[in-house]
Amino acid sequence: MAVFTLNINGQKKEVDVDPGTPMLWVLRDHLKLLGTKFGCGIAQCGACTIHLNGTAVRSCSLPVSSVGEDKVTTIEGLSEKGDHPVQKAWIEHDIPQCGYCQAGQIMSASALLLNNSNPSDKDIESAMNGNICRCGTYTRIKSAIKTAAKTQ
Amino acid sequence: MTKVITTQDRRSFLKVSAAAGGGILIGFNWLLGCTPSAEQVKSMPEEWYNINGFLKIGDNGLVTIMSPNPEIGQNVKTSMPMLVAEELDVDWKDVMVEQAPLNTDIFTRQLAGGSQSIRQSWESLRTTGATARQMLILAAAKTWDVPPEEITTENGKLVHSGSGKEAGYGEMASAAVDIPVPDNVPLKEKKEFKIIGTSRKNVDGHKIVTGQPLYGIDTYEEGMLVAMIIHPPAFGMSLKSIDASEAKNMAGIKDVFTFETFGSDEKRGSFDISAFPHLIAVVGESTWQVMQAKKAVKAEWEKTGDQTVPFHRSGREWSVNFPAGLESTEMYMQKMKDRDAQGGETVREDGNPRENFDKATKILERTYTAPHLAHNCMEPMNFFAHVTSDKAILKGPIQTPEFLEETASDRLGLPLEKIDIQMTRMGGGFGRRLYGNFLIEAAIISKKVNAPIKLIYTREDDMTAGTYRPAYLATYRAGLDADNNITAFQVRMGGMSESPLFANRFPAGALDHYLAENWSIDTNITHGAFRAPRSNFSAGVEQAFLDELAEEAGKDPIDLRLELFEKAKNQPVGENNDYDAERYAGVIKLVREMSNWDTPPENVHRGMAAYYCHNSYVANVVDLVMDGNKPVIEKVYCAVDCGIVVNPDAATNMIEGGTIDGIGHALYSELTFIDGVPQQKNFDKYKLIRHSEAPKSIEVQFVKNDIDPTGLGEPPYPPVIGALANALYKATGKRIYDQPFIKHLS
Repeated sequence: MAVFTLNINGQKKEVDVDPGTPMLWVLRDHLKLLGTKFGCGIAQCGACTIHLNGTAVRSCSLPVSSVGEDKVTTIEGLSEKGDHPVQKAWIEHDIPQCGYCQAGQIMSASALLLNNSNPSDKDIESAMNGNICRCGTYTRIKSAIKTAAKTQ
Repeated sequence: MTKVITTQDRRSFLKVSAAAGGGILIGFNWLLGCTPSAEQVKSMPEEWYNINGFLKIGDNGLVTIMSPNPEIGQNVKTSMPMLVAEELDVDWKDVMVEQAPLNTDIFTRQLAGGSQSIRQSWESLRTTGATARQMLILAAAKTWDVPPEEITTENGKLVHSGSGKEAGYGEMASAAVDIPVPDNVPLKEKKEFKIIGTSRKNVDGHKIVTGQPLYGIDTYEEGMLVAMIIHPPAFGMSLKSIDASEAKNMAGIKDVFTFETFGSDEKRGSFDISAFPHLIAVVGESTWQVMQAKKAVKAEWEKTGDQTVPFHRSGREWSVNFPAGLESTEMYMQKMKDRDAQGGETVREDGNPRENFDKATKILERTYTAPHLAHNCMEPMNFFAHVTSDKAILKGPIQTPEFLEETASDRLGLPLEKIDIQMTRMGGGFGRRLYGNFLIEAAIISKKVNAPIKLIYTREDDMTAGTYRPAYLATYRAGLDADNNITAFQVRMGGMSESPLFANRFPAGALDHYLAENWSIDTNITHGAFRAPRSNFSAGVEQAFLDELAEEAGKDPIDLRLELFEKAKNQPVGENNDYDAERYAGVIKLVREMSNWDTPPENVHRGMAAYYCHNSYVANVVDLVMDGNKPVIEKVYCAVDCGIVVNPDAATNMIEGGTIDGIGHALYSELTFIDGVPQQKNFDKYKLIRHSEAPKSIEVQFVKNDIDPTGLGEPPYPPVIGALANALYKATGKRIYDQPFIKHLS
């Protein structure tokens, strides 16, 4: 066990955990930030996507010991009132079916738009390909990302 | 206005009388849990009045409507309350929705399965709203001393135009509570609908996009431990012994022990399916610690012998055989082919098919297969349990809470009323969460460690201990005469261990000489319902065969189908044909028009298909191009007849999703076995369709009619597989008979 001081959603958080603990479980079990979801545990489905200094990463495969002072953003910290352009576009397009993967989809989409304000279909497909949606909301997600790109 | 007799038991109108001093007596714990969403104008009321089991009205007119059924992503948490709100005649923006508790005294059929939630509640939910509205009218009539029939309602307001009196529902709610529940209430004419038929956003949308805890896996309670299970590595194996000494000494680990999910001499309910009832539990303080300890448990496994498991439900008893052996995909695919060659049991025979095959000029015979599929709900199986000596609180994602209540009661030795199952939003269901072995496992673990626990399956546990869509095989034969008329038709289907055949579905009824046969092979690989059970295979193969038959006969595939439906409509053959030929032909005509079928776009390969299941009709056209060996799906057209569409945009979303899901599984997915061991354990090996493979666009149109609504969650999945197969043939010149198609495109 070891104590780590993390920068999560703009706040300093201290946790005492095994250094190998993935950020996913630090967020969920220890900090009760439950928006980041467990899907596969091997960085294949994207349900656990968070931002590390603005880049989308899979928190299930990111040991807490490797985070240091990097800025961690989770779905809870993406916007104060749930009004990030991507979140608004998700509501406008009424995307969620079961909704479980959507926090991860939103984190990948918002990271994409940070680096590319006008992504093409191909850009969207390649940035989003690591996020599985078993309900099949892919076409709506693509439309919503384009809406968000216009409104951000 | 139509009058409908109130169908609910009077207990469904348990009223909560206003306590002395104007406070309210809360009858159910769920009266407290909700807050208005950001979009809602009204704030929380001072007082709530519980009008009946389904709704309560606040003194300021805010209304809370209970959504009775489990939400798995089929959007019933929005669409079911819409039915209540329509007849209550309230503004949708003044409505909050809350998940109802499991309460079979008040609610009926609290189940997510078979695409039946809306169909089965269409009348009762509207009646519930109408009854509450009538109670408000009667309360106003009494207060104002005017005849009730002179009072009208509009958007949550009561009006007596003669006297000019007006009141909001909130003002009249306390008086309504004392009104005897009326027996007869008028329902709106369909043309009067203001909410049904308009698009309303997912009531949980804001919570989902902001990451609020909604799912079973998000349950964290004071003192809660985390539990995981270890199950045998192969179907056909069972636990022999364990050495948990190392694991038990690891940081945070509370206990490691073995247990039986279902007692060995216990009869199981129909949804109590589990290949591995003898398991190892690892319990600890945190998920990561338990995951590590799991790896440190040393277990020895042994082969199981033949087993026969007794089942019972509703007075019916049966048993299922699980034969000994370590099964491999290659082995059982061959076994299915051999079994198919022996012929099946006749389920339906019209005319003289056997004789006519002998006389046929040409015979077309094709055999199709599909592999096992894992459900892969994005939220892995999990359940919270807190079992004490006199009570069990069980909370989590379950499609069949009603049935599991009974199993839990049996297994824990607690009376039914001591079992409290609470429903959470589900991260997908697709049939997997009909089988609640994980709920029982959680309960047993909690009882053993005497603490609240949350059982979580890892993805590997979830994928390798499933109740899979079984592997299937179908053989179709058609005899043609010299003029290419179909003079004999035969379908024979089987699987591991169920047949996917629907003997009375099309083309039964459209052919004079028709034969349908069934067979199945026992297996120890557990299987169960998977989105559009059986149809998820039978539709695609039937529609691919018809396409080949049309080509053989030199006919356009749509023309061939329409000819058959014409026959089924005007001179139906046999009895019990379970489709309406006119509605079936209707969606085909609609998709023909939508896709401009008769003048197709250039350089695009297209295929079509249509199917009827879960009381709804869907026809598809798939347009694709090939990028080397990879199909790129440019467009899918979906024509749907599901009667009245309650929530059009959400319904469109469901059709789009089902379409992508069907395409994805047929094209990419399979679960294979070697010596009983699933070869795909996670998403690195198990291929699910991803963003870049999804259709570029999907166009959905609904047939407009006044027919009561039918299923939506499942019907879009099956037919698109046929349309995809037929388009792939056009693109490659090669018919593919075995799923997943991608394996045969290289």
